[in-house]
Amino acid sequence: MELAFYLSGLTAVLATLGVIANPNPVHGVLYLVVSLLAVAMVFFSLGAPFAGALEIIVYAGAIMVLFVFVVMMLNLGQAAAEQERLWLKPRTWLGPSLLAAVLLLTLIGLLWQGNTQAMIEGGGLTAKGAGTLLYGPWLLLVELGALLLLAALVTASHVGRTTPVAAPSPAPRDMPTQAADQPVPRTTPGDKPPNTGGKPPNTGGEEVS
Amino acid sequence: MMELLTTLSTTVSTTLSTTMLLPLTFLLPLLGTLILAFSRGTLGYRSSALVGVGSIGLAALVTAVIALGFAADPAPQNMTLWTWISVGDFTPSMGLALDGLALTMLGVITGVGFFIHLFAAWYMRGEEGITRFYTYMNLFVFSMVLLVLGDNLLLLFLGWEGVGMCSYLLISYYYQNSANGWAGFKAFIITRIGDVFLAIGMFLLFSRLGTLDIAEILTLAPKAWQAGDTTVELAAFLLLGGALGKSAQLPLHTWLADAMAGPTPVSALIHAATMVTAGVYLIARMHGIFELAPVALYATGVIGALTLLMAGFAALAQTDIKRVLAYSTMSQIGYMFLALGVGAFDTAIFHLMTHAFFKALLFLSAGAVIVSCHHEQDMRRLGGLWRKLPLAYMGFVVGGAALAALPLVSAGFYSKDEILWQALAADQQGLLIAGLVGALLTSLYTLRLIIGTFHGVAQSDNARHAETGRGLAHGLPLLVLAVLSTFLGAWITPPLSGVLPPGPGEGVHAGHGALELMAAATALAGMALGVWLFGLKRSWLRPAKHGMGAGLWQLWHHAWGFDILYDWTLVRPYRGLVALLKSDVIEGFFRLLAKLVRLVHLGLSRTQTGRLRGYAATMVIGATLILLSLALMTQGT
Amino acid sequence: MNGVPMEHGLVLASILFALGLGGLMFRRNMIFVLMSLEIMLNAAGLAFIVAGTGWQQPEGQVMFLLVITLAAAEASVGLALLIQLYHRFKTLNIDVASRMRG
Repeated sequence: MELAFYLSGLTAVLATLGVIANPNPVHGVLYLVVSLLAVAMVFFSLGAPFAGALEIIVYAGAIMVLFVFVVMMLNLGQAAAEQERLWLKPRTWLGPSLLAAVLLLTLIGLLWQGNTQAMIEGGGLTAKGAGTLLYGPWLLLVELGALLLLAALVTASHVGRTTPVAAPSPAPRDMPTQAADQPVPRTTPGDKPPNTGGKPPNTGGEEVS
Repeated sequence: MMELLTTLSTTVSTTLSTTMLLPLTFLLPLLGTLILAFSRGTLGYRSSALVGVGSIGLAALVTAVIALGFAADPAPQNMTLWTWISVGDFTPSMGLALDGLALTMLGVITGVGFFIHLFAAWYMRGEEGITRFYTYMNLFVFSMVLLVLGDNLLLLFLGWEGVGMCSYLLISYYYQNSANGWAGFKAFIITRIGDVFLAIGMFLLFSRLGTLDIAEILTLAPKAWQAGDTTVELAAFLLLGGALGKSAQLPLHTWLADAMAGPTPVSALIHAATMVTAGVYLIARMHGIFELAPVALYATGVIGALTLLMAGFAALAQTDIKRVLAYSTMSQIGYMFLALGVGAFDTAIFHLMTHAFFKALLFLSAGAVIVSCHHEQDMRRLGGLWRKLPLAYMGFVVGGAALAALPLVSAGFYSKDEILWQALAADQQGLLIAGLVGALLTSLYTLRLIIGTFHGVAQSDNARHAETGRGLAHGLPLLVLAVLSTFLGAWITPPLSGVLPPGPGEGVHAGHGALELMAAATALAGMALGVWLFGLKRSWLRPAKHGMGAGLWQLWHHAWGFDILYDWTLVRPYRGLVALLKSDVIEGFFRLLAKLVRLVHLGLSRTQTGRLRGYAATMVIGATLILLSLALMTQGT
Repeated sequence: MNGVPMEHGLVLASILFALGLGGLMFRRNMIFVLMSLEIMLNAAGLAFIVAGTGWQQPEGQVMFLLVITLAAAEASVGLALLIQLYHRFKTLNIDVASRMRG
């Protein structure tokens, strides 16, 4: 059991590294599936088979398929991978990696101080326990989850809409606003036209102090 | 108008019911005020004057009827018009109380007030804003009548503040000149200082006795307090503070001389006859409190004595005839306070009445001189007027005689002599001597005023081309007030016996004759000295122009420098503080704070790059820092 | 060897979380960003399960269920945004969508 934990843990870490360091999106998604499966194995080894099954079915099954669909739909070719390779320079990833490493060290340091002494021997966490808890005192959580999913559904179907493709219109603040905001200038036709292309008027009420 | 008169006459003939008439005494001036105020300048000079004088005239008539009824049945009368406000146990009523004291004051206010209003119709002709003038004057009479008729301290205070406001409005009547506005400010602020004391005194009495009704206070006070109790002393001192401010006594006296910036009838009505004597009325009205507070009462007398000496010396060195009269008013009110201080409340009120007559006469005569001489009021630039202005001269002579207490023939002699006699009977030699010295000073400055104004040769073109005043409005007030200023006025005995306690000199006669002789001799000596110095041997005054004499003259001219003292100790620091605050010292601090916030805001808005990865990095840094500090803290413990 | 110490499970969760964080910070491609987010959420779920088994509390599983729900919702919305980004800018570089600054 312990061996399974350490082996699958190692697999998960390596696969995750593969995700974040891979220039090819499709490979990245596959690595992620591997990582998730490894984590599912960790769950099994820890004695939480229900969670492991969920991990495989929902995470690795449903969510990752969604990713694959999207990647396929975008049809990213070799050019995208080249672009990724260009972006992945040490100059880019060194700083963030250091930051993440510091955070990791801090977390591990804190864990070391925690000194919990608990050993995980496996078993005990069954779907039944979770079910009674979920549909007993924590019923509200189910409701909230349902609501969240509904909201996500609505949002995704709204945001993902592509039919009325509005051209990437310029931001409002780049547009000349005088014409809309100001009354018709009292200038005679022969006069210089009002300033339309220049800076937007200073409407922010900036205090001159 | 005719209906009103017929109603009046029927009421008089049938019942002489004062309860019906009493409210009219203040409602008529109020009506006049309202008519004038709401006419918005549509009334002409004549109609304005008619309304302004007529309302007071009718009020005076009503007062006369009330006085007749009171003479037949001298019982104090109370009437409650309505309850002002009702909060728990606190239910001050809008109630009027008529007794001898109130009636005396009422007679002075409406009677003398009427003649002054009438004179003002002559004095103010050709001036702008006559409607405004009479609006304020009628409002003043309304407030003053409320002050004396109110049966509780709250109503009294309403009238008290009302007259203060009218005083302010009328002092700064010629508002185009900013100096007049400042004079009004000064009067308003200084009297307000006194009013604050009065208000606190009222609060104290209410908190201890649970009522503001004057009659109830006077009956409850002896039961609640022993004589000399600290609380009652404090209450009496607070009331005295209010009286000092209103009556221009030391140390709150400096406003009165500047108050002469107003039109002369205003000075006559407000700053000589009525408002400034409100303090005397207040103390007389609250005599029950003061009798329980011997220290406060003694302080009243001492302040009166000091004021009469201070003002007497100051009056000697004034050149403006109105300022001379202003200081003499202070001095005479000092006499009244002296009388109050020795417990002779009725004598104080008697002097108040005669003083109202002769000081109104003097001011009106001064007004006649000023108008006739084209608004020249500097004594050094007048002179030789007695042929040209016989009526004004007569007024000055009769009024001056009363002021200087010319024996036997003047009203002032009887009242002032009574005050001195009461001081002697109360065994207050110090106050008596002050009073005698004051009498000498009074004679001196009176003679100086009369001789300087009317005798000698005219010193300026204005005086040389004086125009004699004509008309009923000019002559009648002077004549009537002149008659009242003679011994005939002293025959009017205020019906005070049931209201105020008898003075210490009541029923005692030992030494009265001697004192009368002494007082008469003092007054006569002062007059003789005055004639000698200012009329015959002017060269004797030459030392007053050099060295020590000039210094003393300057000191007296500036009334012992109180103005300068207050200016340096109070006004200037206050104005400095105000100037400091005006430049926003504290605001500057907050401005700095705002600037700092703005700076921080600008700095933080730089971090708003819109780059998602940057935000994530920032979050990581923050989380790491928090966790690190957490780790270090747990390690530390 | 009798069972796994709980710390080891939590350390594994931390490592996965840190890796996801690193990927989130240095990848510009939005697909990878979303995947990094998934990794981080998964790490959180792992931590819950570890704690739940460690203390024999079924609440760990309940929270894991919530995390999965959250991940599903996040993934769907995130992918919708990704499609929108691609439509507008013809690229997956999230740095171009930086107009909404302060």
